[in-house]
Amino acid sequence: MTNLNALAAISILYVLFLFGVAFFAERASRRGRAKWLRAPIIYTLSLSIYCTAWTFYGAVGSAARNGFEYLTIYLGPSLVLIGWWWVLRKLVRIGRVQRITSIADLISSRYGKSNLLGVGVTLLAVIGTTPYIALQLQSVTLSVEVFHHATPGGVEEQSTAFWVAVGLAVFTVIFGTRNLDANERHHGVVMAIAVEAIVKLAALMAVGIFVVWGISGGVSETLARIDASELGQWEVNGGRWAGLMFLSAAAFLCLPRMFQVMVVENDNDQQLRMAAWAFPLYLMLMSLFIVPIAVVGLDVLPAGSNPDLFVLTVPLEYGQNALALLSFLGGFSSATSMVIVAAIALSTMVSNHIVMPIWLRLNENMVSVSGDVRHVVLLSRRLSIAGVLSLGYLYYSQSGGGAALSVIGLVAFTGVAQVLPAMLGGIFWRGATRIGALAGLTVGFVVWLYTLYLPSFGPGAIIPKSFFENGPFGIGWLHPEALFGISGIDPLLHAVIWSLSLNTVAFFVASLASFPSPLERLQGAQFVNIQQGTGGTRSWSHGAAEAEDLMVMAQRILGATDAQALFLREARRQGSETHLPAPTPEFLQILERELAGSVGAATAHAMVGQIVGGMSVSVEDLMAVADETAQMMEYSATLEAQSQELSRTAAQLRAANDKLTRLSVQKDAFLSQISHELRTPMTSIRAFSEILRDGDGITPEEQSKYASIIHDEAIRLTRLLDDLLDLSVLENGQVSLNLGDGLLCDVLDRAEAAALAYDDKRGLEIIRDASKEQVWLNTDTERLSQVFINLISNARKYCDAPQRVLEIRVTKGETLSVDFIDNGSGVATEAQDVIFEKFARVSDQKAGGAGLGLAISRQIVTRLGGAISYLPGEGGAAFRVVLPLDRALAAQ
Amino acid sequence: MAGHVLVIEDEPNIIEAIKFILSREGWNVATHSNGEDAVDVVRAKSPDVLILDVMLPGRSGYDILRELRGDAATENLPVLMLTARGQSKDREMAERAGASRFMTKPFSNAEVLEAVRALAPV
Repeated sequence: MTNLNALAAISILYVLFLFGVAFFAERASRRGRAKWLRAPIIYTLSLSIYCTAWTFYGAVGSAARNGFEYLTIYLGPSLVLIGWWWVLRKLVRIGRVQRITSIADLISSRYGKSNLLGVGVTLLAVIGTTPYIALQLQSVTLSVEVFHHATPGGVEEQSTAFWVAVGLAVFTVIFGTRNLDANERHHGVVMAIAVEAIVKLAALMAVGIFVVWGISGGVSETLARIDASELGQWEVNGGRWAGLMFLSAAAFLCLPRMFQVMVVENDNDQQLRMAAWAFPLYLMLMSLFIVPIAVVGLDVLPAGSNPDLFVLTVPLEYGQNALALLSFLGGFSSATSMVIVAAIALSTMVSNHIVMPIWLRLNENMVSVSGDVRHVVLLSRRLSIAGVLSLGYLYYSQSGGGAALSVIGLVAFTGVAQVLPAMLGGIFWRGATRIGALAGLTVGFVVWLYTLYLPSFGPGAIIPKSFFENGPFGIGWLHPEALFGISGIDPLLHAVIWSLSLNTVAFFVASLASFPSPLERLQGAQFVNIQQGTGGTRSWSHGAAEAEDLMVMAQRILGATDAQALFLREARRQGSETHLPAPTPEFLQILERELAGSVGAATAHAMVGQIVGGMSVSVEDLMAVADETAQMMEYSATLEAQSQELSRTAAQLRAANDKLTRLSVQKDAFLSQISHELRTPMTSIRAFSEILRDGDGITPEEQSKYASIIHDEAIRLTRLLDDLLDLSVLENGQVSLNLGDGLLCDVLDRAEAAALAYDDKRGLEIIRDASKEQVWLNTDTERLSQVFINLISNARKYCDAPQRVLEIRVTKGETLSVDFIDNGSGVATEAQDVIFEKFARVSDQKAGGAGLGLAISRQIVTRLGGAISYLPGEGGAAFRVVLPLDRALAAQ
Repeated sequence: MAGHVLVIEDEPNIIEAIKFILSREGWNVATHSNGEDAVDVVRAKSPDVLILDVMLPGRSGYDILRELRGDAATENLPVLMLTARGQSKDREMAERAGASRFMTKPFSNAEVLEAVRALAPV
């Protein structure tokens, strides 16, 4: 008979052995000789934490009570590993690339680093896992009790559970929080779990072999026993089987501890590839002897024995103390490995999603100023471990064990399975949004709570008994175990169907109805497209971060050595001479990912954000925005150019139109003027020719006078037509100049003679200075003379002085100026420009001209390379003709 | 016929031609060649018929006519307008200004005579 002290001693020895294994593995990994620690077989064995004490002991109990139904618990994960291998691979890759620290981190990270979701999943995980931990404590206590009954005098069960909890807390704190980086592999822990996996398999198989060959006497005899037992006649409930299988598959993916070993502790795809076939094999071996043990146990043990403990009691019944002890260690291993990993997983979640965000908020300004964050993170994680185990212990001691715990495994499975829609949706559907995930989780959680978790405490414990009779407040369709009036289903199945289907519907509907933030979309893309892309986390734009600040922060979280190594490595990679790398977006991204490994993605993002300057937009986002902006700018620049072009064209058109309109008005005015100028002499000619034709009552004097009027007017008409043609020729540039050398005085002489030849009685005195007129010109002397004639004639016609005098002044400089100044009243200022226009006549007097003289003169002078202008301020009318001087000629 | 005709026209030869034609038929013809004081001259002479040129030095014929039409004394004075600009808009402007007749230069003597006869009050 094993006494309790021996049992305790062996247990402690076993635990010390595990400490040793963990310590050894940890040290090997630190020394870089950890290659074998990453062996796929270790990974595969670590997955065995799926088989907790609940499976180790409970499978036999379940087989004894419900036949082969226990197989579903093994079939679910096997199906996932074999059939959904690619889902796992995707999860594992996302976990590696995104440095996911927990399932809460996965959900939070996927949905835009939402801490609300992180908190939600954490709470769900804690609620779902705490009873499970309690169950492990209970199993250890129960197994100890088996020995307690066998030997007189023992320990109190509560204290057993307490000390187990304390021991596990110590182990977990030591090996679970050695590294701050939660994403780093816990090689020690994993190794210890792998060892425990072997121990529990060996124990169960040893008992199985003893039962088959030691008690039954062989395989065929055992099969006969099974056939003879009630077990063979158990009917398979198809719906419940499918439900349980699905549930265990979902739990395999969603259980925090499974996520921990499968995703967080995963090193490479190879590990997963082996696990895909090896773990189902392990599960098969684990389940191989369940039925024989159950059947034999039912046979050989007295009725009423707890079938959950057959694994222990059957060997004890046959006096196989050593075997019983091995079996005890197997159960103990199952319980402890589960609790350790669950505590690590939960503490990471609690610490990263609840404690750290609160601490960060309370110490918002301290991150970059003071305080050792590394210390805080470690402390918070250790306290979380203690808290999780305390919760488990409290739950155990308060629930008092018993019936409530026996079903709690499946209840917990259903609870954590609520994460499934958000998780699978998140990694396969880019349209999944934060709101969708929140809605799904909330609905699933509430339905689970109401239909399964709270009823699991028994009617009347929390939910009033009346609810189970008539539904809450008499509302029948809200009956906790018959929602919407669908009754008669197994309560577990009922809860699974309703919670998960409502969860999924809420998730999809809310996802479709809501719009994801840029960060969500980006993370969604990275999660969904993990296989194709490099899948880095979204990075920082070049912020105002100082490398020193980042260094200070990184040291607090990663520890001085690691942080300095990281910074130095990055600085070298950047080709920097200093030990600090430039805070490039790339570096910030690497840093954030490193930090995420320790404190979770959302927290790391927040911390880097505090230093960089609150940027929460990714470079990709910025690039996309910049791209769009650039496109829009380009587009608007094009538009602007086009619009400028258009307005330029419009302006040109408007100018052209104005010009045309002006020309048209000018043309009309010109035609009107010509018409007037032509019709006026014509009128006289017609009138007097009619008078002459009619001939009655005309004196000979009149006759002669009228004839000469007709003659004069005809000449006036001719001159007008000549002028018009002249002007037209000049304006069109068709005039051919007859250039030749000539003396200015000769030209003036000729002009004076011509202008005064047709003289009236009014007289015009012309003052000239002949000495200054000895200037040689190379010009068209005929045309120049025409200009002078016009100017002299104008003075003769328009000068209003009684004694009219015209002075012709010649000034020779760079050019030659010839001024014509009379002693009249001059031209009014406002008319001085107009007089050069066609038909411009400012004088009241009719002087026989059509008003084309100055217009023609200007055309001629311009052709000759000179200019004509009015000279204001000379008293009388004054015109200046400027002519170019030929140098060669000027020298003569 | 002893009607009084006032001719306001700046072209001396045309004044002489009109004066000759009308005088020969027994009209008393007064002439004036400036636009500026034309209205005063009209009031002073109060002719039976006014022959008014459009393009006058100092003031346009239209302007003079408009003022005459605004005055009760000359409101109904028969006015024959002469213009050397033969465009339709000139005719329109003349009508709007209140011309009784409109004639484009060059005119036939018979036309002028006939117009004055028609316009003169019986």
